[in-house]
This record gives sequence, C-alpha cells and structure tokens, in this order.
Amino acid sequence: MRAYLIRRLWQGAVAVLGALLIVFVAQRLAGDPVALLLPMDASEEDFAAMREALGLDRPLPVQFLVFLRDAFTGDFGKSYQWQAPAMALLLERLPATLELALAGLAFALLLAVPLGVMSAVYRGRWVDRLAKVLALLGQAMPGFWVGLLLILFLAVRLQWLPAFGREGPLHLVLPAIALGWYPVAAMTRTLRSSMLDILDSDYIRTGRVMGLPERTVIWRYALRNAAVPLATMIGVYFANMLGGAFVIEVVFAWPGVGRAVVDAVFARDFPVVQAGVLLSAVIFVVVNLLVDLSYGLIDPRIRHG
Amino acid sequence: MAERREARFPVVSCVVLGLVLLCAVVGPWFAPHEASEIVLAESMTPPFWRSGGSLDYPLGTDMLGRDILSRIIAGARVSVTVAVYAIGLSGGIGAALGISAGYFGGIVDAVISRLIDIQMSIPAIPLAMLFAAVLPPGEGMVITIIVLTYWTWYARIVRGEVLSLRERDFITVAKVAGVSSPMILIRHLTPNVLNTLLVLATLQFGSVIVFEAGLSFLGLGIQPPQVSWGGMLADGRNFIEVAWWLITMPGLAIMASCLASNLLGDWLRDTFDPKRRLT
Repeated sequence: MRAYLIRRLWQGAVAVLGALLIVFVAQRLAGDPVALLLPMDASEEDFAAMREALGLDRPLPVQFLVFLRDAFTGDFGKSYQWQAPAMALLLERLPATLELALAGLAFALLLAVPLGVMSAVYRGRWVDRLAKVLALLGQAMPGFWVGLLLILFLAVRLQWLPAFGREGPLHLVLPAIALGWYPVAAMTRTLRSSMLDILDSDYIRTGRVMGLPERTVIWRYALRNAAVPLATMIGVYFANMLGGAFVIEVVFAWPGVGRAVVDAVFARDFPVVQAGVLLSAVIFVVVNLLVDLSYGLIDPRIRHG
Repeated sequence: MAERREARFPVVSCVVLGLVLLCAVVGPWFAPHEASEIVLAESMTPPFWRSGGSLDYPLGTDMLGRDILSRIIAGARVSVTVAVYAIGLSGGIGAALGISAGYFGGIVDAVISRLIDIQMSIPAIPLAMLFAAVLPPGEGMVITIIVLTYWTWYARIVRGEVLSLRERDFITVAKVAGVSSPMILIRHLTPNVLNTLLVLATLQFGSVIVFEAGLSFLGLGIQPPQVSWGGMLADGRNFIEVAWWLITMPGLAIMASCLASNLLGDWLRDTFDPKRRLT
C-alpha cells in the first residue's frame, strides 16, 4: 500500500509539474508582458527597467524556477483587470463551482444508477432500450446546448425555474442538469455491463437460492460490487466538472471559476488564466488520486500490495 | 454494449454523415442564400411551418435576416475542415508516438508514457483556455487545441495494442529474419493498428464537432464573419425569448452529425472486434 501510495503521489507531482511547465511556456509564447503593462509611448529604458523588475532579463531556467517558487506559494501575480491576487480571486469563486459540480454529479447518479441497474435486470426490455437511446443522446447533445434548451423550455416558456445567476437552490437545478447530462451515458453503460457480469456470478445465484428477496439481491449485493467501475468514472467526471464547467457556467451566468477564466481570456488577463489552468489541473490530479486510493474502501479485494 | 447478434450497418448514420460532407464540399452551390447575406426586412422569420414563415427561408432567419439553413450548410464546412485536420494530425501524431512507445519500450516508452500522463492530467477545457489566451483565434487555434488534447487518446490505445502485437510470432520472425525496426513499424505494426485508428477517428469526429462548437460558442473559436454552429448558438442565445429556432436548429445539426459518427464508430468497432459485441 505504501509503495503504491508513493508511486501515485509521485505521478501526481510529475503531472502538476508538467502543467506548470506548459503554463510557463504558454506565458512566454504570449509575447512580451512588458508591452502589455507599459504605456504605448514608453521608452527603451522603461522597457529595460520593467524587464529587470519582473526578472525577465534572467536566463529562462532561472525564470522557470522563480515561477515555480511563486506557484507553490500560490502567487500568480495580480489580475490585470481587478488589481487583486489572481489565485485568491479564483478561490473566492471555488465554492460556487464546487456546489454546481456536486449538484451535477448528484443529477447524473440519480439518473444513471437506477437506469443502469434496471437496464441490466430487464435486459432487452423497454427500460434497456430507453437507457440506450438516452446514452446515445447524452453523448451527441453537447451540455451547453442542453442548457440552452432547458432555458428555452423550462425558464422562458414554462417559467418554472430561474435561468441565470446563483441566488438559491432553484437556480442550481438547470445548470446541474446541463452539467450532469454528459456523464449519464457513460455511467449508465458502465453500470449496466458490470451489473450484467455480476448477476451471472455464483454468489448472486447462491443468494437467490437461499431465498433472499430479489430486491435485496440486486440493490444490496449486486449493486455494491457493480459500483466499483462506476466509482472510477465518478472520480474522473467529477474532476472534469470541477475543472471544466466553463461553457455551462457561461450559459447560466453562474459566478464560478470557469466563467471568471473565460472572462479573463477575453480581457487577456494572463495571471488569472494561468491560475485557473493550474487550479483545474491540481484539482483534477488530487480528485483522481483520492478516487484511486478509495477503491480499497469500496472493494476490500482491491488492496494495493 | 449492444447484444445485437450481427451489428446492422448504420445506413441512416452514413446518409447523415454523407450529407454533412456534401454540405462541406459543395454546400455553397446549393444553399438557397448567401450565408452572410443580410436582409433586415426579413429578420426573425420563423421556420416555414409556423405562421409568418415561408419556404424562401425554410428554417427561418436570424436577427439580421440571414437564412438559417444556408448558415447551417456553411457551418458544416468549418466543422468538417476542423475535424479533418484535427483528426488527421492528432491521429497521426498519437499513432506514431503510441507505436514507438509500444515497440521500443524502455526509455522511449517511459518518456512517451509520462507525456501521456501529464497531458491527460490536465483537463482539456482549461488547457484550451490557456491556448485561446495565447494564440490568435480561428481555425488554426481550434485545430491546435484539439490536437494537443486528443493525441493521447490514440497514443494510449495504440501503445496497448502494439505491446501485445510485439510478442506475436510474426513480429519475432520478422526480427529474427533481420528486418529493420523502421520496416517492422511501417510494414508490420501500422497495418495492424489501422482498424483501431479508424474506429477512434470516427468516434472522434463527433467529439471534435462538439468541442469546436463549445469554443466557438464561447467566442474563443471560429470568429465571425466565418460561420460556425457554435457561433450561431451564441448569436441565438441573446434572442432565446423571441426566436426559439435560432438555438434549436444549429444544435440539431451538431447533434445529428455527432450521433451519426458515434453510431458509425460503434458499428465499425463491433465489426472489427467481434469480442466486444458480447460484453
């Protein structure tokens, strides 16, 4: 277990370092930041002074090390737009994004778990077909378009639910459906195929022979084991929702990290963009690490030696 | 996932994809209007089956009186162009790296595998934001972003396939017979992963269309006056209360192309790899 833990931590660290390197390179590709900071009519001397002040006159590897040092203390510089530390600006918005991601995940599971289980139990029947159609649509309809349709029908036409902003639990419903829409397909399919495997196994047959109620057999014994592959997906999709709800946040004017980063891209506010990319990468790595380590808890058979 | 005994050839999918490709290649010839032709007098005309609609503008017009159908046809060109370049490049680069990693093993494999790990641990959309902030917007940028995020797909799967192919007799025999490494890679390994590549590429088509539409919707992808489905959705979003067709029609185009390529991809996979049909 310890060797495995160390290896996974090491992989995670390499991944974060890689992300830092990509951000650093992208920052250099972006052109001379000094040109953005100084007025148009600044003299050669002003440029040189500014470069020295920012450390841009030093060799690239040194600059990278300085960048790393700052990154580890969460210092990505000040937002050009808001004149406040970039990372702090984003962390302030993290709760909104977290709330949306959790709600999206809840929606996805609420739909995928019953559908996955039922379509395995009633294989080939109408539930199974419905699940198949939903899975196909889920992958073919982009989440942001689903969001627009939800706004059109449920907010504009029927006026059942609010479409924009974050003011109460009701505001969470539509964006959560739009965000949770995509993973439903994959989750349902995964759960269905692992349920099918397990419903064929000896211990399920034993349980039935012993006269356990079918409901207990399916929902308590089969689902518990079939959920292991689903757990992996939950982690990956949750990480994706946390770090990738950009378009959905824009569609619903949700005041989260993603929307702030999109705004920053338009404003060429590089410190915020960089901080956003790194925040996403770190969240992604950490969530995946936690998922990997949690297998042992769900399924005692998987204990890393 | 399906337990179809024999997978049926997806005729409808091929027709839809054929139509999309046709629009992309010769669309301007048969589109009823010029995609960017502005007729303010006809703005916000509903689709023909609604009162006030007309067959001159079968799917209605937008806020500037531009014909939605013609714009969807024009948008197909952008989507297909981006998809073809993005899939070709990411597939080519990914396959080359995957084959090398699987065949050579050792340090080559270690380096390429770490690269894959790093790339895969950075979620695609934030990475896209980073590049959108740095590169000039347009088709080139969208293609670059897609290639950067998708090559790992091909590399990872091809590497796995080559790892198992490498141990097979025909490769061992080739090596013993003194065939050079580049020759083994090109003549013996590549043909054996072509099926997989074709399946991945078909499945990626839909995925690329959605990705491009998302970026263009945000305003970070294809820039006007070039027409894109995502851009049309962004325009329509501002008029969602008065003109439902502005956000439904381009979305349907995205959905149809994506659905068609997914179904075709599933069929190809089932056909090439009958084992999967049972699961």
